[in-house]
Amino acid sequence: MKTFDYVRPTTIAEAVSAAAEPGAAYLAGGTNLLDLMKGGISRPNRLVDISRLKALDRIEHLADGGIRIGALVRNADLAHDPDFARFYPAVAEALLSGASAQLRNAATVAGNVLQRTRCGYFYDTASACNKREPGAGCDALHGENRLHAVLGWSKACIATHPSDFCVPLAALDAVVEIEGKAGRREVTLEDFYRLPGDRPERESKLDPGDLIIAIRLPAKARAFAAHARYLKLRERTSYAFAIVSAAACLRIEQGTIAEARLALGGVAAKPWRVRAAEATLAGSHPDPAAYRRAAEAALADAKASGENGFKIELARRIVVRALTSAAAGTPRRIPALPASLFSTAPGALQNA
Amino acid sequence: MNFSISLTVNGVQRNVDLSDPRVTLLDLLRERLHLTGTKKGCDRGQCGACTVLVDGRRINSCLALAISQDGADVLTIEGVARGDHLHPVQAAFIAHDGLQCGFCTPGQIMSAIGLIEEGHAGDDPERVREGMSGNLCRCGAYAGITEAVLEAQKILAAANQRRSA
Repeated sequence: MKTFDYVRPTTIAEAVSAAAEPGAAYLAGGTNLLDLMKGGISRPNRLVDISRLKALDRIEHLADGGIRIGALVRNADLAHDPDFARFYPAVAEALLSGASAQLRNAATVAGNVLQRTRCGYFYDTASACNKREPGAGCDALHGENRLHAVLGWSKACIATHPSDFCVPLAALDAVVEIEGKAGRREVTLEDFYRLPGDRPERESKLDPGDLIIAIRLPAKARAFAAHARYLKLRERTSYAFAIVSAAACLRIEQGTIAEARLALGGVAAKPWRVRAAEATLAGSHPDPAAYRRAAEAALADAKASGENGFKIELARRIVVRALTSAAAGTPRRIPALPASLFSTAPGALQNA
Repeated sequence: MNFSISLTVNGVQRNVDLSDPRVTLLDLLRERLHLTGTKKGCDRGQCGACTVLVDGRRINSCLALAISQDGADVLTIEGVARGDHLHPVQAAFIAHDGLQCGFCTPGQIMSAIGLIEEGHAGDDPERVREGMSGNLCRCGAYAGITEAVLEAQKILAAANQRRSA
């Protein structure tokens, strides 16, 4: 690990000013950053430790019915907040399906949004990676790429965004609040990320020194609480990143889908909201034919970026399964194995 | 640059001068305070062998910078027994053969103490397994670990009930 300066500002303004210099990085939970620094993938000159900024670790219920989650709220605290889990169950389930209990206790919500891809070539400094070193090339393109992107990728980069949390957030119109040199601004989570194009090193709309201060969910997101699920396929039942995942949120009125929200994870460099699929569901009867139509629409533009064509059909099937589960109703309690289709108890099918 | 930090470790206040900001909490415990019960397995947040409680919450100490933990209250495996009297989780691991080689065991025990404290798993073995998934055991002692956690939880709950009665 390269050495660095360490500063611990006491206000947001001090933090933004301390991070304005090139090579500065914010430190909060550190669970991803420290790992990247140990591997030599991130090499900041200065760490600006914001973990003590008390103003950023609150969950606020807003007067308009929305919720504002401070950037430093820990993943575990948000997932286990009873009001949050009641109103935004798919988000809580996604949080609890990510990482391990230890990591969720340390990792913050803004850190989750900003976590880097787990592409093995990005992590291996002996490999070519345009994201890590612009212009170097992409060894993933002709390498081990069965878990890479099938949507929104380019020849420069086929990495995926690994977050679970961000998938239902994208479906539910979450907004990112940002403090920067020019003051405060906000952008929807859907627009927050950039697709790789020919500049895969630019992953988000953040400028150097920008600080995420909160994530907001609008009041309307609560309307889906009765029919909201996040499902995730992974190579082991717990403590693994998604191969593909889906957040499905439905508003069902008199037996008909009044409104649907759908987003995919593990398929692209950003959480992948699929409005075309949502449109096919609106006004439909919640049945398998409607779910399959939505799944076809959701993956209509998908294209294998290597030996990962199987992910396209897998993603269609997780869409059908997530919609089926959402229509059946949000479980009263988050399942023992959050977001899983399986059970470790022999003979029991957890979410059937 | 020199940094001076102060931590409470197993109930004792420790002042440490850090000449390098790169020291993790794990390395501080092992190399500076010579508390080698906390193990370094992967050093990348994947195995859980380095689990300790910081301000009552289980975390991977390999992914925490010591300097950022200034003022924290840290509990390690060395701090859970009362003299020769084992912590109920330690005793349950022995009773249920929740280990073979023992390398992951301090992390497993600290994680189990954290899990029981969090109180989300209840008496459901599946929730315990999920809650303990951040601790890998190369010997595969998982069945015994789950039994040990469930039993220790019962013993601790009964003790708490007696205390509040």
